[in-house]
Amino acid sequence: MAALLGRKVGMTAYITDSGEYVPCTVIEAGPCPVVLRRTLERDGYEAVQLAFDPIPERKVNRPLRGHFAKSGVQPHRYLREIRGIAADVGQVLTVEQFAPGDRVKVSATSIGRGFQGVVKRHHFGGVGMATHGQSDRTRAPGSIGASSFPSRVFPGMRMAGRMGGRRTTIRNLEVLQVLPEENLLLVKGSIPGAPNALVEIVKLS
Amino acid sequence: MNKLQKVEQMVIEQALALRGNTEIPEFGPGDTVTVSLRVIEGDKERTQNFTGVVIARRGSGPNQTFRVRKISNGVGVERVFPLYSPFIQSITVERRGHVRRAKLFYLRGMSERKIRRKLHQD
Repeated sequence: MAALLGRKVGMTAYITDSGEYVPCTVIEAGPCPVVLRRTLERDGYEAVQLAFDPIPERKVNRPLRGHFAKSGVQPHRYLREIRGIAADVGQVLTVEQFAPGDRVKVSATSIGRGFQGVVKRHHFGGVGMATHGQSDRTRAPGSIGASSFPSRVFPGMRMAGRMGGRRTTIRNLEVLQVLPEENLLLVKGSIPGAPNALVEIVKLS
Repeated sequence: MNKLQKVEQMVIEQALALRGNTEIPEFGPGDTVTVSLRVIEGDKERTQNFTGVVIARRGSGPNQTFRVRKISNGVGVERVFPLYSPFIQSITVERRGHVRRAKLFYLRGMSERKIRRKLHQD
């Protein structure tokens, strides 16, 4: 198992050795020092806490400063715990854990889209036609339930509301190329989040 | 140069290496070019040429394409080639054309003779 924290750089096209054009996302990942290790005996589960993006000590508050000092790691902007990984405190994880052809899952906070209607948010088709006097409901949700029975709306009914800005995971993405000198990872397809967003990359076994 | 541009540059160089580093000449809309293409049929490989007028270039980074139009047996044929495709063996400029537009879609409605007049007014 291998895992890293990184930053989404952006998307471009990739040309494979067979001449195929595939969509590709560039991620600047690591180096990530291990700040804390959770073990089965002490914590009940296996995990490591990874740090990403070094920052000067004056930018870190006192409790965190102590936390970093304890592990002997320079302060970093981001800390994330990733389960099911074993690595010693102080060990530095880099993109070299990954190789082309590996399958990874990538988690990040998706782009926030604000309050969105039901057509965009849940792919509803809208109601009716655009003409014949019913153009006022082309993007309406339609019926949300029956009448006197049950006299209520069932929980979980899909309606308009806040969309995006949630943690999203895309699994089974192929690693296209690894650039250790630049700490870059090229992954096939799209990943959640806007450019510069923090992403977690975990290798699938 | 930011990280994304660096990666794009690297992808382009890798793709060009696959094709044997043949140079891409400067060409633009209005120019007449010959594109040699590697065609794989079953397990046989041969070269196919396509000669015509470049009527558009689009895209950026590794994803650039150009559109070539020719008239074959009285039928207009257009092909879009990815600029950095490893299947392209070479691009040669046959003749420069003088045009004032980036996209020459208006050539589609014109006869061969009219196109020649339009592109080569010397």
